[in-house]
Amino acid sequence: MSGLDINSITKKFGNFAAVDNVQLNVPHGTFVCLLGPSGCGKTTLLRMIAGLEEPTSGEIVLDGEDITPRPTHKRDLGMVFQSLALFPHLSVGDNIAYALRIRGASKEEQKKRVDELLSLIHLTGFADRPVAKLSGGQRQRVAIARALALSPKLFLLDEPLSALDAKLREAMQVELRQLQQRLGITTIVVTHDQREAMTMADLVVVMGHGKILQAAPPIEIYRKPADAFVADFIGITNLLPAEIDSTGRTTILGTAIPGLTMPAGQTKASVSVRPEDVHLGSPGGSAITGEVSFVRDLGGTIETFVDVGGTSIIAVTTPRERHDVPVGAKVGVTLPPASCVVLGA
Amino acid sequence: MRREAPKSVADYTPLFFPALMLIVFFVVPFSTMIAVSFFKRNPSGFYTPDFVLDNYARFLSVFFGGVLGFSLMLAVLVAVCCVCIAFPFTYLLTRRPRRAQTLWLVGLLSVLSLSEVIIGFAWSTLFSRTAGITNLFVAIGLMDKPVALLPTFGAVLTGMVYQALPYTILVLYPALVRLDPTLLEAARTLGASPIRAFFNVVAPALRNTIVATLIMVFVFALGSYLLPQILGRPQHWTLSVLITDQAIYQSNMPFAAAMAVFLVLISLALVGLTLLVGRRENAL
Repeated sequence: MSGLDINSITKKFGNFAAVDNVQLNVPHGTFVCLLGPSGCGKTTLLRMIAGLEEPTSGEIVLDGEDITPRPTHKRDLGMVFQSLALFPHLSVGDNIAYALRIRGASKEEQKKRVDELLSLIHLTGFADRPVAKLSGGQRQRVAIARALALSPKLFLLDEPLSALDAKLREAMQVELRQLQQRLGITTIVVTHDQREAMTMADLVVVMGHGKILQAAPPIEIYRKPADAFVADFIGITNLLPAEIDSTGRTTILGTAIPGLTMPAGQTKASVSVRPEDVHLGSPGGSAITGEVSFVRDLGGTIETFVDVGGTSIIAVTTPRERHDVPVGAKVGVTLPPASCVVLGA
Repeated sequence: MRREAPKSVADYTPLFFPALMLIVFFVVPFSTMIAVSFFKRNPSGFYTPDFVLDNYARFLSVFFGGVLGFSLMLAVLVAVCCVCIAFPFTYLLTRRPRRAQTLWLVGLLSVLSLSEVIIGFAWSTLFSRTAGITNLFVAIGLMDKPVALLPTFGAVLTGMVYQALPYTILVLYPALVRLDPTLLEAARTLGASPIRAFFNVVAPALRNTIVATLIMVFVFALGSYLLPQILGRPQHWTLSVLITDQAIYQSNMPFAAAMAVFLVLISLALVGLTLLVGRRENAL
């Protein structure tokens, strides 16, 4: 029974269901990313777990105990806010020690724990600094340390890295993941950045319109997206229409793909193919013929946009395996059937 | 943002207009008042230019000392009452929907349009025996018979708090609206009850605003001279009342000027002291 269980949680604002009958089990020590576009209900779900929002129905069970009726300050959790919400009138040390002070810990205990946490976040010696004198990344770490001061059972983060610049954000993602693994704490992060989710999470929960669309390990979400929305949201993908033609073959954009089978009883479906699985070759044969419309050479990878009768197919290659295909050239696009994911509806 | 220091006289031109206004409407009248405070009173006429300290000496008596003390005490009390009422009120107001906030603020602004005289007479009616609120208390059985609630110190205080409250709220409102609501939520996730979080986080984060508001209401209340006369007894009269009395009814301009100068100096000293204490606490 250890871990967090979210049982049919619903939150309605008026008639609008921000979170609609969500069911989720988070085993102890798991790093979960709630991923979705803005307005999908991920932050509302997190705030309900924190007790900052009251669910309309359903219950939240932590380690076998129903914590739904408990007010925030009596739940055993730490939370990092998007704005960080560091107390501006307190020093770094006092910010981190706040939870200990509320619990009535002695001055020595507070100091000991603050020093421990500061070394954990690599900010030893910063205890007396005012919060305003810190850089963005340092504030971020102080917010994390403050939330972890009481070694809570649950660690919640609401878009914690969104205020940082791209480089620092990537570095913090790795740091946060390593910290979580060292402490073994159950962690739930809300994010709209799929790279962030892929970097950190054990379990990615993709949400849309208040519902969970898919909950699976990151690589499974990437390789086997449950539907077109998930496939499109996680990374870049080619969503192509597939249908069974009059002779019974499965075709994509009019070209038969041998080995690709449709679900029983279905004649039309969407197929997701990742750009790195698309092969470019010479036109003809079993390949789909198209014309190169744009090439984005990023140095490390090359994205080639191929126009096939108005539909754009993106192929990603490394410079080593790339054939020289200038804009306007006719190419043959091969879609390996094993890499084609047939999506429902 | 970095700004260059002004280099030539031309760079100071934007300051000319405000400087002129300040000189014409503040420096000149105030200097005149300081000068007059050293003049000699001429009982048959007005005053004659001179340099005497009689006016200040006369002020240093038990009676005027008492009035000064009462005025300062009243102003401090009004400031504290206003902030104690307005701070939680404004905080809750900023958590309401936008529309409700606008309605409340418009209502408060309409109170500002009332003159001190109207406020004074309205409260004197409300506190009277014949038509006052005690009649209501009698009607609902809280009291045996209606009583007059004025002239009393409480009536003076109520009137002045009522008058200063809209200003207090309007000064506090912008700072409270800008306050990050997640500060309070953060404190709650760290184990503080909502009330504790309010006093631990919201109040200290707005300390400077609170101090500034206290000073503003204090100075505002210090200048009140109508309400103490309408709602209070002579012992509740403030120094402002006495200054008006001396200047207008006794034609003793030099003495009135001396009292005014003294009042300004004492208030400045108090404001300075408040800021100094605030800064020292900040440094800790």
